[in-house]
Amino acid sequence: MHVKHLALGAIVAAGFAATVMATKAEAQETIYVPLMTYRTGPFAGSGTPIANGMHDYLSMLNERDGGIGGVKLAIEECETGYDTKKGLECYEQVKGKHPVLTNPWSTGITLGLIPKASVDKIPILSMAYGLSASAVGNDFPWVFNPPATYWDGLSMIFRYIGGKEGGLDKLKGKTIGFIFFDGGYGREPIPLLEQYAKDYGFEVKLYPVPAAEMQNQSGLWLNVRRDRPAWMVMWGWGAMNPTAVKEAARINFPMDKFVSIWWGSGEDDARPAGAEAKGFTALNFSAVGANFPAIQDIVKTVVDKGKSQTPKEKVGESHYNKGVYNSVMIAESIRNAQKLTGKKIVTGEDVRRGLETMNITAARWKELGLPEFGSPLAVSCADHNGHQAAYVMQWDGAKWSKVSDWISPMKEKVTPLLDAAAADYVSKNQPWPKRTEPCDKAS
Amino acid sequence: MFYRETGQFKTTYQADQAVFPIRQDRIGIAIILLLAFAGVPLLASEFAISSFFIPVLVFSLAAIGLNLLTGYTGLLSLGTGAFMGVGAYGGYKLATWFPDVNILIPILASGFVSAAVGVVFGLPSLRIKGFYLAVATLAAQFFLSWCFVRIPWLVNYNISGAIEVPTRTLFGIPITGPNATATTRYLVTLSIVVLMTWLASNLVRGRIGRTWMAVRDMDLAAELIGIRLYRTKLLSFAVSSYFCGVAGAMMVFLWFGSSEADTFSINQSFFILFMVVIGGLGSLVGSFFGAIFILGTPIVLRALPGLFGLSIPAATVEHLTFMVLGALIIFFLIVEPHGLARLWQIGKQKLRVWPFPY
Repeated sequence: MHVKHLALGAIVAAGFAATVMATKAEAQETIYVPLMTYRTGPFAGSGTPIANGMHDYLSMLNERDGGIGGVKLAIEECETGYDTKKGLECYEQVKGKHPVLTNPWSTGITLGLIPKASVDKIPILSMAYGLSASAVGNDFPWVFNPPATYWDGLSMIFRYIGGKEGGLDKLKGKTIGFIFFDGGYGREPIPLLEQYAKDYGFEVKLYPVPAAEMQNQSGLWLNVRRDRPAWMVMWGWGAMNPTAVKEAARINFPMDKFVSIWWGSGEDDARPAGAEAKGFTALNFSAVGANFPAIQDIVKTVVDKGKSQTPKEKVGESHYNKGVYNSVMIAESIRNAQKLTGKKIVTGEDVRRGLETMNITAARWKELGLPEFGSPLAVSCADHNGHQAAYVMQWDGAKWSKVSDWISPMKEKVTPLLDAAAADYVSKNQPWPKRTEPCDKAS
Repeated sequence: MFYRETGQFKTTYQADQAVFPIRQDRIGIAIILLLAFAGVPLLASEFAISSFFIPVLVFSLAAIGLNLLTGYTGLLSLGTGAFMGVGAYGGYKLATWFPDVNILIPILASGFVSAAVGVVFGLPSLRIKGFYLAVATLAAQFFLSWCFVRIPWLVNYNISGAIEVPTRTLFGIPITGPNATATTRYLVTLSIVVLMTWLASNLVRGRIGRTWMAVRDMDLAAELIGIRLYRTKLLSFAVSSYFCGVAGAMMVFLWFGSSEADTFSINQSFFILFMVVIGGLGSLVGSFFGAIFILGTPIVLRALPGLFGLSIPAATVEHLTFMVLGALIIFFLIVEPHGLARLWQIGKQKLRVWPFPY
């Protein structure tokens, strides 16, 4: 029996030794970009297209341009399964290989990494998720969450609703339902929602969906039918979204009064309900479709060559393009970092400066081969979010189509909430490090 | 040949009742402790410490907690994850109420909160047993998970709904928070786990442990010989929850650094139950084996393709890991239904008679 245990121990030891050796062997002439993705677990439906988009855009840069600034990117996926434990394990695994940034792709993992970022000098890019308060750059110099926070998202949804109703005052006396993933992510917009309810005199009905009940919402929608809300707003993720859309169609809820945040804007969220889902609307910050020169380059140099896991017909879908958007930000920040430092091979500290000076104007979007792909995105030292505009799109039974202009968020409502939340976080996590990083001029 | 107690005479009752009556075992445990306290911090990489050794210790303690209840007292529980959660949130509240108190005190005291909750949810065990009790503890799991999400007081009204561990120091060295190195956190975890395992081993060998086992083997007979069932069962719930609670607090304070309600879901309960079943019901060393097996195998499996120079997408590796781990669990349970601890025992017996087996 000793022998068996010794053998098991030897295997474990060999495994660790190999990991360590692999770390050491990693050549330093590349820029290491780990991607924390999830293609397994209950959220895989939303996670897979995003992982594909992120991976394919960066691979395309390697194939087409030979990397960024002549340096190849070493892209490595680490499977998190949207699980905090596995995510932190991934982080520990990649930390030794000098990643220039991390994309945690889960609120739980982001929260775990935020305090570590300044210690390990690895910036966090949490695209429109994570901790909203981390938009305050003076308190969170290492965390970035562009292009918009959840509070921005809610305010944009209300601007849209206001436009449809002919003014937000018209909501007086009406009921608005809020169906949300029962966790930190879904609960975050509630304070702003309640403030709106007070300001405009409508009633809010909350419909929480616990993680275990994501695919079992029929009871909840019976309540919706009873309460007859004028509008339904959704903050869902993974299997929760398609279930909600299907159930809404089943109770004949007017689908054009059902608005989702950007994480419910996937084709796979609406498609299962098919034609029934016609009219379902969702907020989005990146364009849908493969009709962009850069995405055509992805098809040509990556997907057609079999270097990607993406089925060709899925290129350009809504969540896929969000993955691309995330990678555009990664690439731009690395480029900025190279410009700022004059170095070819940049470090996490350089990329933090690159992220802070990120400025993707409409002209820059065009230059990148992605005209009108997103609204212009500018991040500054004080504002790590940008509070950029988004648009509303509608499901026509087979695909998404844009039905609104770019809507900008109500900054005057969101900023005080952000500042209060950041101050609150800092006070609860004393001693929180003071910002010592100097501020760069935009490149 | 090497492992034989011939010539070791016990002349006192104390020697006879020692935790490790055989000298080789004492040497063995000393070597293991030396390796754990000195070898691992000196030799293992930071990744290995923070992703393998700390989790193994935390889950071992939780598995010991469940083992006291399920393995020793025979009460099946599916609420382990929730009791760990109570410990985590309790520890967080205590640490934020008394920021100047040594952080070890909230971690160890968090178990008492968990124990109190455990006793309340242990009350049905006085009336029901077996699967019915499992369902009752399942209710605890769901109810407590519900509380973690719905009661903002527990997270000090954090908008993100999560708890974040602030930096706290011991003798001027940070042991929690982002500035604490993996090695320090490991050593603190290890000290607590060793201390509590020693406590548990003495508990199960003494009067209390014997009453637990009597209740497990036949509660009617136990009652007839004068064991008060309700006290025994509730004490078992309390002690078990205490261990789980401390494990939960250590999980958040010394491992994750922050945590969402989702961490303490039903999956966590099953995870620990698997460890106990695979490690061996009613065995403390089995709890360690179970935790090492369940946590270590995926890490090894994930590293294997890279070892042979194969490049398999991360998601495929994950799927493969699931399948292989499942197959291994079934294999081990077929080979030895009493768990890895029993295999260990058989191995020891074989070594004793080697090279002349009879």
